[in-house]
Amino acid sequence: MATAAFTTPKLKPYPVIPLVQVGATSHLKPFIASEAIQKNLGFPGELADDWQAKAIAKMGELLGKYRSLRVYMDACVHCGACSDKCHYFLGTEDPKNMPVARQDLMRQVYRRYFTFAGKHFPKLVGAKDLTREVLDDWYSYYHQCSECRRCSVFCPYGIDTAEVTMAAREIMDSIGMGQKYSNEIIGKVHRIGNNLGIPGPALEDTLLGLEEDTKDETGLDVRFPLDVKGAEVLLVTPSADFFSEPHVDSLIGYAKVFHAAGVSWTLSTMASEAGNFGMFIGNYEQLRKIALRIREAALELGVKRIVVGECGHAWRVAYSFWNTLVGIGAGGKDPFAIELQNQLDHRYKQPMHICEFTHDLIVRGALRFDKEKNDHRIITFHDSCNVARASRMGDFAGGQFTIPRDIIKAVANNFHDMAPETIHESTFCCGGGGGLLTDDLLELRVKGALPRMEALKNVVDEHGVNFMATICAICKAQFTKVLPQYGFDMSMVGGVHQLVSKAIRLGDK
Amino acid sequence: MSALSIFFAALFYLATALFVVGLALKIRQYAATPAPLKIALTPAPLTTTGVGFRLTREVVFFESLFRSSKWTWAFGWMFHAALLLVVLRHVRYFQEPVWLPIAMVQPFGTYAGFAMVAGLAGLWARRFLVDRVRYISTPSDHLMLALLIAIGLTGLAMRFVAHTDIVAVKVFMLGLMRLSVQPLPADPVLLVHLSLVALLMIIFPISKLLHAPGLFFSPTRNMTDNPREARHQATWAAAMDK
Repeated sequence: MATAAFTTPKLKPYPVIPLVQVGATSHLKPFIASEAIQKNLGFPGELADDWQAKAIAKMGELLGKYRSLRVYMDACVHCGACSDKCHYFLGTEDPKNMPVARQDLMRQVYRRYFTFAGKHFPKLVGAKDLTREVLDDWYSYYHQCSECRRCSVFCPYGIDTAEVTMAAREIMDSIGMGQKYSNEIIGKVHRIGNNLGIPGPALEDTLLGLEEDTKDETGLDVRFPLDVKGAEVLLVTPSADFFSEPHVDSLIGYAKVFHAAGVSWTLSTMASEAGNFGMFIGNYEQLRKIALRIREAALELGVKRIVVGECGHAWRVAYSFWNTLVGIGAGGKDPFAIELQNQLDHRYKQPMHICEFTHDLIVRGALRFDKEKNDHRIITFHDSCNVARASRMGDFAGGQFTIPRDIIKAVANNFHDMAPETIHESTFCCGGGGGLLTDDLLELRVKGALPRMEALKNVVDEHGVNFMATICAICKAQFTKVLPQYGFDMSMVGGVHQLVSKAIRLGDK
Repeated sequence: MSALSIFFAALFYLATALFVVGLALKIRQYAATPAPLKIALTPAPLTTTGVGFRLTREVVFFESLFRSSKWTWAFGWMFHAALLLVVLRHVRYFQEPVWLPIAMVQPFGTYAGFAMVAGLAGLWARRFLVDRVRYISTPSDHLMLALLIAIGLTGLAMRFVAHTDIVAVKVFMLGLMRLSVQPLPADPVLLVHLSLVALLMIIFPISKLLHAPGLFFSPTRNMTDNPREARHQATWAAAMDK
């Protein structure tokens, strides 16, 4: 897809906060969803004459439904604490990519229509009418936010720009100005069952192929079951794991872990996608509708456990939202939740991350590894934003940081973390999350990856790191594309279970 | 009774009413708005007690701000801590006899006035010196700082430059609390000081000063991290299950 030429930023040995360049990326806008894509999701096909009134009404509705939006519109004091925290600002230098300025695009409209000060003294408090120009700014800059929540870590009031971005996208969808990439994918999930649009027979064929490949590699019958009723575990994983490199190597890793543990498992055609782009567009109904597929598959297959593969935003939705949305979890008291929760085995966490699953087995001594098989690799770990800042693993706060690293250290000998201000909850987004992993935003993706690339460069230079493990399908796809732009090998990125797969001892071997 | 005293009595009744009612309405609005999804910023506390500690650290130490910007934290924390001492010092105008803790805070409150103005000056300087902060500053951001600094400076002026009849001021304030208007000294510095404080109270519920109650209602900070263990649903969302 043709995009205008741009220059990849230079990597500096230490982080530099840029001076603002007004309008630096005002030209970046993803393709607008066609009428067909919009109508498919029940959104208007295009802007109608009364779009402004409808947008304001929608904003009022969301202010009444989401405490986050309500409080965050009021609470900001423009202190600037967040202003140098967004990877897109650091990479593009456009001041509207400062989290506070991005929020203010909505706040100025909120003030104009919903506050005393903005209604009567608009200039004083920076309130603005919702004009076509402002709407275009929204479309541009609310699609230059990956909803990674790094700004919220540093905000004295915890203001989360992701909440504002989601609300803005929801408002834009409701007036017929949706984003093609996200909305097209949501259509595919409903129509076919996964984001990549892989139909059932093709999926079956792929899994059979993987069984053959794994047999060639190991000499063992490692199974990749599909739609098996009565299996213990339903594995829900991003569809990229079936077809994309390096994703598929992690899928093979999961299969080997299940094989070694002797746990029966299955994938599902209906739920052949862990991703849930309903979150990216901030639409509760879509979020719920997409999550319902998982619930239905679990009920139909009669599984006892639900395990989620390596996918960042999917884990956020699974961990933080599934119980709320469709009752996948514990503690439900209503008939809807109890129907499924009675079926699940509550000796285990529901849902469980594949890293929790593998880690538990490692801790119990149920898995054996030949760590030296990963000796050609010097590994670092990229914390994916949604796992790091919007979910947890294990029994204590921060388990989402230690568990993947513990797995890596159990299966490999060489590990070095990147700089502390760029990992754990301060991790930098890969630059492609939040519904931005599309070629029409390539410039943004390359520039947004700058802070992560600088941190990576430092451990490459210092420790000779040659592999960056991560547990997110979007991170993997984004880095595969962006690493070469910064002079790195694209095969440097891969999954944690790709490393597990390499070192795990199967059968008697 | 002078028109001046009546005017200021009315002003303070009005300001107090707007402050209390406005803030109460805002707090009710925040409390009544549902939070449909678990969006705690992780790592987050697993228990309500843990959330209490997290919010306490934010309120008392400005923990998150400390992580983001040491300068903003230093000026901001200095201003807020000093403001607290200054406010405590002023409690003596509203009680007779004066509580011991309020009596003990008096000397600290005096010098906190300087720290307060210094902190505000630092915060204001950032709005000119840091290009990112300059970009996001609106006229109201500047005016808010001007207002607070003016309150601080007029207060300091009455303490250190031109003393006002604080005994009479106290009689006036105690009178207000008993619904009886007493004479207020016609000292221009005092009148400016009091007018600006009344203005601050009036704009509190309609301005960014709402960050104070807002923090307690911020879902990223006040939610427990237990979504797998307990089903969290807003009423409007639960209706979809039916």
